[in-house]
Amino acid sequence: MLELVNLHKTFMPGTANEVRALQGVSLTIQPGTFAVLIGSNGSGKSTLLNAVAGSFAPDAGTIRLNGCDLTRLPEHRRAARIGRVFQNPFAGTAAEMSIAENLALAMHRGKHRSLRPALTRNARTQMADRIRELKMDLENRLDNPIGTLSGGQRQALTLLMATWTRPDLLLLDEHTAALDPKSAAKVTALTQSIVQREKLTTLMVTHSMQQAVDMSDRIIMMHRGAIVQDYRDEHKQRIRIPDLMAAFDRLARRELFDESVADLLKSQYA
Amino acid sequence: MSLVLGAFTMGLILSLLSLGTLISFRMIRFTDITVDGSITLGASVAAVCIMRGWNPWAATGLAMLAGACAGAVTGLLHTRFRIQELLSGILVMTALYSINLRIMGRSNIPLMNSASISSGTEKLLNRSGNPFEKWNLAGWEVPLPDIANLACAAVVCLIVAFLLTRFLRTHFGTGLRAAGNNPQMARAQGINPETMIILSLALANGLVALSGALLAQYQGFADVQMGIGMMVWGLASIIIGEALISRVGIGLTICGTILGTILFRLLIAIALRWGLQPNDLKLVTAFFVFAALVLPHGLAALKKRTHRGERHA
Repeated sequence: MLELVNLHKTFMPGTANEVRALQGVSLTIQPGTFAVLIGSNGSGKSTLLNAVAGSFAPDAGTIRLNGCDLTRLPEHRRAARIGRVFQNPFAGTAAEMSIAENLALAMHRGKHRSLRPALTRNARTQMADRIRELKMDLENRLDNPIGTLSGGQRQALTLLMATWTRPDLLLLDEHTAALDPKSAAKVTALTQSIVQREKLTTLMVTHSMQQAVDMSDRIIMMHRGAIVQDYRDEHKQRIRIPDLMAAFDRLARRELFDESVADLLKSQYA
Repeated sequence: MSLVLGAFTMGLILSLLSLGTLISFRMIRFTDITVDGSITLGASVAAVCIMRGWNPWAATGLAMLAGACAGAVTGLLHTRFRIQELLSGILVMTALYSINLRIMGRSNIPLMNSASISSGTEKLLNRSGNPFEKWNLAGWEVPLPDIANLACAAVVCLIVAFLLTRFLRTHFGTGLRAAGNNPQMARAQGINPETMIILSLALANGLVALSGALLAQYQGFADVQMGIGMMVWGLASIIIGEALISRVGIGLTICGTILGTILFRLLIAIALRWGLQPNDLKLVTAFFVFAALVLPHGLAALKKRTHRGERHA
């Protein structure tokens, strides 16, 4: 279970470029839930994901995962519990190292790294077995540098690596946005099958309404660093893409009024 | 023949330096200029210890340890105090100049008649029933100490290369390479890239200091100026090695680096024989590294341009 309590984060405080990225976000995600974060650019959804991953420390608030306080832990110490796939398909793998070496790193995610050989015969067999499931014809190319693969193949491998040892939480940061439609569909299907099989608690950021509606158990809409809508349970079941678009429109219309104008109107009408 | 033999011995000793540079420059991707100071540190520590009657092997080991400390300091300056990588190397290198003078007490220590790590081998060869001072090697008369030096350098080099290959293939070693190749990915896999930088620089400079210690014993002196330009030499050797063997695996990369260093020393020996001024050596090396870094890009751009030209025609 992921618990976020009253998270605040301001980038470059006190300067002209001040960005109040998170303004008091509180959220609880039950185990096994596939939650999707949506919102326009600059709404704070990626910031929230990065805060959970540990890319920076929040100014205030608490992050708990299965009862354990992660708020002050650096990113690499959270890796044992959190698997992560980035938007950039090249970010999640070490390009000059072989497929096998990358997978060996993932098999020991967050564990002690000993002075034993990383690529044992046993490990190679396990890798070949898991990679065969991807049906990408990679099982015989274990020793090729991973940089020679396509973005879709690398993103599929990153996903496999993020979930190799079962994480308490899987973070997906628009992980299909930079892929061509065919690869995106393949990675999306792979995501669904892995998450369902392992019953993973997942937090995904996406710009695709289709993905949000199809994949998730819960849709959370963010705006200006705060959660504005939270569709869950039966409510989520009934939600369709037009409903989400309408919610976006309402936000955009509200945006047209300056805050002071809104106050003025309120005082006149109320 | 003794020229070739000397170039080989030098190449083997300096290949330890190249392997150190390989770790910092290619594996963890840190432009580490500490090398220029830590090779002298290794030489001066070994020289002083040997002069005081230490066992040469123990002296060499201590020199390696000293180099590792210097590398760790550079890593700490960069990671803990957020100093740019080049500047943290320069700071340690500058500090090491004074430290080396302190260790040696003067700017130069001669080791002409002292024991060295090859003394034992020399004795062994002497006792092996060959009463002559010189050995017949493929028709060439070769002084026995030269053979002992070559054998010792080769053994140390082989051991280091073997251990290094093994190390870089362990869980820890793959983690180290990942931290250099893609720090973001390394963090996501639970590796702290900063710790890896400190450890890599310690390992790299330990190897460099080992090279310095062997160099002092082979040349017969330690000099406070001997480190100048050494990092560029290491770089040149790596580049030659990569041209000889394209980078495909750890073992081959390490072999390539050793071969590259030996070839580089042979080329220098030949160039000096042909009348190249020793004073110009560093200028020539710097120009070579410049060309090796720029030419691939230049050639690629040229190819593109000619391609475009064809399309227009």
